Amino acid sequence: MPLVSLRDVRFAYGERSVLRGIDLDVHRGQVVAIMGGSGCGKTTLLRLIGGQLKANSGAVEVAGHEVGKLGRAELYAMRRRMGMLFQFGALFTDMSVFDNVAFPLREHTDLPPTMIRDLVLMKLQAVGLRGAASLRPGELSGGMARRVALARAVALDPMLILYDEPFAGLDPISLGIIGQLIRRLNDALGASSVMVTHDVHESLEIVDYIYFVSDGRIVAQGTPDEIRASADPFVHQFVNAEADGPVPFHYPAQPIDSLLGGRSA
Amino acid sequence: MNGLFAGLAAGLRHVGKLTIDGIWRLGFATRFMFAVLLASGQSLTRIHLTIRELYFSGVLSLLIITVSGLFVGLVLGLQGYDILQRYGSADAVGVMVALSLLRELGPVIAALLFASRAGSAITAEIGLMKTTEQLKAMDMMAVNPIARVVAPRFWGGVLSMPLLAALFSAMGVFGGWLITVVVIGVDDGAFWSQMQAAVEFDYDVLNGIIKSMVFGTVVSLIAVFEGYDCEPTAEGVSRAITRTVVTSALAILALDFVLTSFMFRG
Repeated sequence: MPLVSLRDVRFAYGERSVLRGIDLDVHRGQVVAIMGGSGCGKTTLLRLIGGQLKANSGAVEVAGHEVGKLGRAELYAMRRRMGMLFQFGALFTDMSVFDNVAFPLREHTDLPPTMIRDLVLMKLQAVGLRGAASLRPGELSGGMARRVALARAVALDPMLILYDEPFAGLDPISLGIIGQLIRRLNDALGASSVMVTHDVHESLEIVDYIYFVSDGRIVAQGTPDEIRASADPFVHQFVNAEADGPVPFHYPAQPIDSLLGGRSA
Repeated sequence: MNGLFAGLAAGLRHVGKLTIDGIWRLGFATRFMFAVLLASGQSLTRIHLTIRELYFSGVLSLLIITVSGLFVGLVLGLQGYDILQRYGSADAVGVMVALSLLRELGPVIAALLFASRAGSAITAEIGLMKTTEQLKAMDMMAVNPIARVVAPRFWGGVLSMPLLAALFSAMGVFGGWLITVVVIGVDDGAFWSQMQAAVEFDYDVLNGIIKSMVFGTVVSLIAVFEGYDCEPTAEGVSRAITRTVVTSALAILALDFVLTSFMFRG
C-alpha cells in the first residue's frame, strides 16, 4: 500500500482549473519528483498532500487517511509526522538557526533542554551546519538557509518529507549538496519524499520515480532510466530544455499573418 | 443616453462590489477575532510569548509616549494658564490639565501614538512572516500560527495600552506642573489640592482607563488582522501598514466620541 496516493484528483482556483484528474502513488522509502513547467499545478499537488488545500473531487490519501476529510486536530496530528521544505526555506527570522531547528521539538515534545540541544546539533551536523547554530537566518546564504530548513523539516523524524522547489535559485555546489542531502536523509530516516522541481538533471540523479505534469494532468512517468530513454515528446522537450514542442513557445494568439500588413486584430 | 445608463450601471455595480467586499471583510475580521480569542489559551499558559510582545509593544513605546506626554502637558499648561488667568482662575490650571488628560487626551493620543508605533510594527511583522511563508511553515509544522504568532501580539497590545495611556497622562500632568508651577509661578499647593478635589477616581480616572482598554483592544485587533490578511507581497505589506494606521486612527476618534457621549453626559 503506497504511503501517498492520489486518485482522479481535480482542483480549481475559482473558475481556473489547475488539476484535471491526477493519479499518483508514492511508496514507502521512495523519493518521487513531480516535474512540469511553471504554473502547471505542481505546487498545488504538494499543498493537497500537505492538507493546505482540499481537492474539488477525487481522493488524496496519506498513510491511509483521506487528507481532505481530516479535521484540524487530525490534520495537525498527521502533519507532526510530515516535514516540509519551502521554496526559500521560510526560516523564522526572529530566531537563530538553533532555535529554528529546535522549534518543532519544543512545540511538540516535552524533552528536556539538554536532549533538545543534542538533537538539534545532530540535525545540524547532518546538514553540515553545526557551526552555524548561533547565526541568524539573515546571515545565511540561500543554500545554507535551505539546509537549515531541511534540518528543521526532519527534526521530528517524519515519515513523509515534502519539498517545494528545493533547488530554486541555488548555485551548482549548493544544488548538489541539497540533492545529496535529500536522498541521504530520506534513506537514513526511512522516510518517503515528494519533491516538486524543474531541475531535471539533479532530480534524475537522486529520485526513484518521476511524474511529469502538464496542463493539470500526468503526461509521463517512470524511473530515471525510463525517463532518459523515453521517446515521449513532452519528456524529450523537458529533459533537453527545448524551447518549443508539446509545451509551445508562444502564448495562444491569432495567427501572426492576420495581424501583419496593416490588417487589424 | 445608453452610454449614460451604462455608466450609471457600472458606477452602481462598483458601489455594490465595494459594499459587499466591505461587509465580507468585516465578517472575516469578526471570525478572525473569535479565532484569536479561542486560540488565546497559549498566550496565558506560555506567558513568555506574551511578555515578549509586551516588551515590543509596550516597553519599546515608552520613549515616544513619555516625551509626547510631557510636551502635551507643557502645551496644556500654557494654554490653560493663558485662558484661566483671564478669569482669575489660574489656580485651577491643575484641574484643567488633569481632567483633559485623564478623560480625553491621555487615552486618545496614547492610542494614536501606539497605533503608529506598535500597531504598524505588528502589522509589518506578521505581514512579512506571511510573505516569506513563515506562517505557512508553522502551520505545516502543526503549530497554529494564530495561537503562536497572532494571539500573543494581540494580548501584548491589549495589556500595554492602558499602562501607556496612564504613563502618558502622568507625564502630561508633570509637564503641566512644570510649566505652570515651576516656570510661570502658579501656587504649588493650589495646583495639586484643586486637582485632588476635582478629579474623581470612579468617574474620571476609571472612564479614562476603560477608554484606553477599548482603544488597545481595537488597535491591536486591527494591527494583527491587517498583517494576517495582507496580500503576501512587499506592496501588500506596505498597504496593510497604511491601513492599520488610518483605520486605527479613525476607529479611535469615532469610538472616543461614542464612549464620551455615554460616559460624560453631565
